[in-house]
Amino acid sequence: MKIVTNALENIANIQIFPIIGLLIFLVFFIIMIYRVVKMDRKEVDEISRLPLEKDQAENNGYAESSH
Amino acid sequence: MELQKFTYDNRLSSLFLKATILWGLVGMLVGLTIAIELIWPTMTNGISWLSFGRLRPLHTNAVIFAFVGNGMFTAIYYSTPRLLKTPMYSELLGRIHFWGWQLIIVAAAITLPLGITVSKEYAELEWPIDVAIAIVWVIFGINLIMTTVKRRVKHIYVAIWFYIATFVTVAVLHIVNSINLPVSFFKSYPVYAGVQDALVQWWYGHNAVAFFLTTPYLGLMYYFIPKAANRPIYSYKLSIIHFWALIFIYIWAGPHHLLYSALPDWAQALGVVFSIMLIAPSWGGMINGLLTLRGAWDKVREDPVLKMFVVGVTAYGMATFEGPMLSLKSVNAISHFTDWTIAHVHIGALGWNGMLTFGMIYWLLPRLYKTKLFSVKLANAHFWLATTGMLFFAIPLYFAGFTQSLMWKEFTEEGFLKYPNFIETVTQILPMYWIRVLGGTLYITGVILMIYNAAKTIKQGSFIPEEQDEAPALEIRKPNPDKGHRLLEGKPVLFTVLSLVAILIGGLVEFIPMFMIKSNVPTIASVQPYTPLELEGRDIYIREGCYTCHSQMIRPFRSEVERYGDYTKAGETVYDRPFQFGSKRTGPDLAREGVKTSRNYKPDAWHYNHFMSPQKMVAESIMPPYPWIIENDLNTSTTAGKIRAMMKLGVPYPDGFDTKALDHLQKQANQIAQGLRDGGIDVADQKEVIALIAYIQRLGTDIHRESNESIFSEN
Repeated sequence: MKIVTNALENIANIQIFPIIGLLIFLVFFIIMIYRVVKMDRKEVDEISRLPLEKDQAENNGYAESSH
Repeated sequence: MELQKFTYDNRLSSLFLKATILWGLVGMLVGLTIAIELIWPTMTNGISWLSFGRLRPLHTNAVIFAFVGNGMFTAIYYSTPRLLKTPMYSELLGRIHFWGWQLIIVAAAITLPLGITVSKEYAELEWPIDVAIAIVWVIFGINLIMTTVKRRVKHIYVAIWFYIATFVTVAVLHIVNSINLPVSFFKSYPVYAGVQDALVQWWYGHNAVAFFLTTPYLGLMYYFIPKAANRPIYSYKLSIIHFWALIFIYIWAGPHHLLYSALPDWAQALGVVFSIMLIAPSWGGMINGLLTLRGAWDKVREDPVLKMFVVGVTAYGMATFEGPMLSLKSVNAISHFTDWTIAHVHIGALGWNGMLTFGMIYWLLPRLYKTKLFSVKLANAHFWLATTGMLFFAIPLYFAGFTQSLMWKEFTEEGFLKYPNFIETVTQILPMYWIRVLGGTLYITGVILMIYNAAKTIKQGSFIPEEQDEAPALEIRKPNPDKGHRLLEGKPVLFTVLSLVAILIGGLVEFIPMFMIKSNVPTIASVQPYTPLELEGRDIYIREGCYTCHSQMIRPFRSEVERYGDYTKAGETVYDRPFQFGSKRTGPDLAREGVKTSRNYKPDAWHYNHFMSPQKMVAESIMPPYPWIIENDLNTSTTAGKIRAMMKLGVPYPDGFDTKALDHLQKQANQIAQGLRDGGIDVADQKEVIALIAYIQRLGTDIHRESNESIFSEN
């Protein structure tokens, strides 16, 4: 562990890393929310139907059991 | 555009599904066994590999990595190709993944009962198995990410993001927490010590819950609930927001497992704040899952699959509300170390993971075997058994946790502890342990019904190894007209890297100051390394899983200081590799067990007799007897190697002490054994129990030592 500790100690101004990290997160998050809100409704619907395609008319196997 | 034909392979999902059922039953039966052991401590009298301390890690590992692990892989291998309109990248890698994972589980099932353990919760497996896990996990990751690269759809559906985040994060967690220095093939010491080790462990432990038990199952939920309800997810936008919020925030919250411990306050506060924030993204997921069923509640009434999904997602909502509440310091002061925690995790395991898995199995089986479910009635019976079983399990334990904690804390008007004998607080809650056994039995009965139902369904159907599908090739347009999040969804590798960055940020913020700033772990001059005999005794303590029932962490409360002695300081733990704080007090705290002036001090002879038969010393004790520790000779073949490993890790033994370690050990063992012989106990120097007594009598004594002179100086 000493190797890691020493390496960390020798990076200049490492204290600021976590703050930069938090800022990256915040900026990313705000941009992400903006983009998501602006997403095209039609496309969102299309993506959210990805698991369903073709399957829709299928009879669910458990609807009627043989016993 | 030309349609390309391709096939989905059902063989792997079917294999994983069967493994899920098999290991689920095994893991739950081991759980039932240890629940019975708590009310019948002499049940497996004298059989070391069936003792509570060794089986408890097997139970947790089996349920998490074997049951939920195989469940998650079933979902991933079934849904990923269908969502991406392509076969999995490599069938061979998939097979290596499957068999590698099962071999790891078998290795765990053999080594844990043998006492081969690192003693870090949910990371108990020794280093060779850890290496195997890392390799198999990377194979799984390559297969997953390459499948997304080869896809035929433009957008990657949200379930897949949860799978990718799972792969990335679990890889990081597993590797960082498992960095150990091997002493032999079956023994290693962590490179971190004491409080730092605790921080790394609970960063891991907490995020194992997040990224092994939660994110892959959210992926499962986002695929199978729309499938079973035949309608798209309630809000796709919400799923994007809650995904990023969840993976960013979860990773910071680990320190809430160490509230009031010797961990620095700033780290504890960080853990609390992020835990509270977690409610938002967790409930985002729950709401999205439940509201998908809007307008389909009539189906829920009839369909056991949807019923199970509803109870599962509701349990997720309850557990993720309770979790942040438990991380509030005032609540944690009551809940920590009690059965409340056990109740909490079982709402997650039995409710969220169990119900979602069962629902998935009932939905998948008829499709994999092209038939109808053998009996919907049996599946409904399973649903009710599982739901009531979960409640009969959890509610008594909430009650037990509350009761015992309040008894620990109660003072008389004169200012004395009202229940100074720990055992009084145990006998009070034993009826609750009986009801827990009933709850577990109900739950397992449900699983047995499922196995019968599954076997009959398989028998009446015929397996479809491959399914045909067709889709146009993915058109690559340049320049890419997509913007924002859709662009990101289209680039799986970039997406993976961003997920990695997201989780690394939280981890680094916790670790860097902890390892860099020396004042976070103030040194105490009188704290010295363990003697070779104590170190061997400590390794027996670890082997027997004593930490599963005994904590070594006195919190700074009046009730705890009164009962156990001075609260635990960070500087006292600097030679503890691994740390032994524990997370549950089925028995009393042992942090100051060796302090002669403390209320709990017991002489060597008491410990000897207590290991032989706890019930002889404390009639109502629920601790199992440990006759093998009394009979077995201590293995000293690796003692010198252990001292060398410790010296490599920076423990300040005198130069060349490894060569003298054995002499030192024998001298100290002779002293203790002679003391016992003088008291009329017939015991030889080289028995394991002597080392264990040496360790226990050392616990917590260092800060009471008057001289700072090295205990290893020769004079």
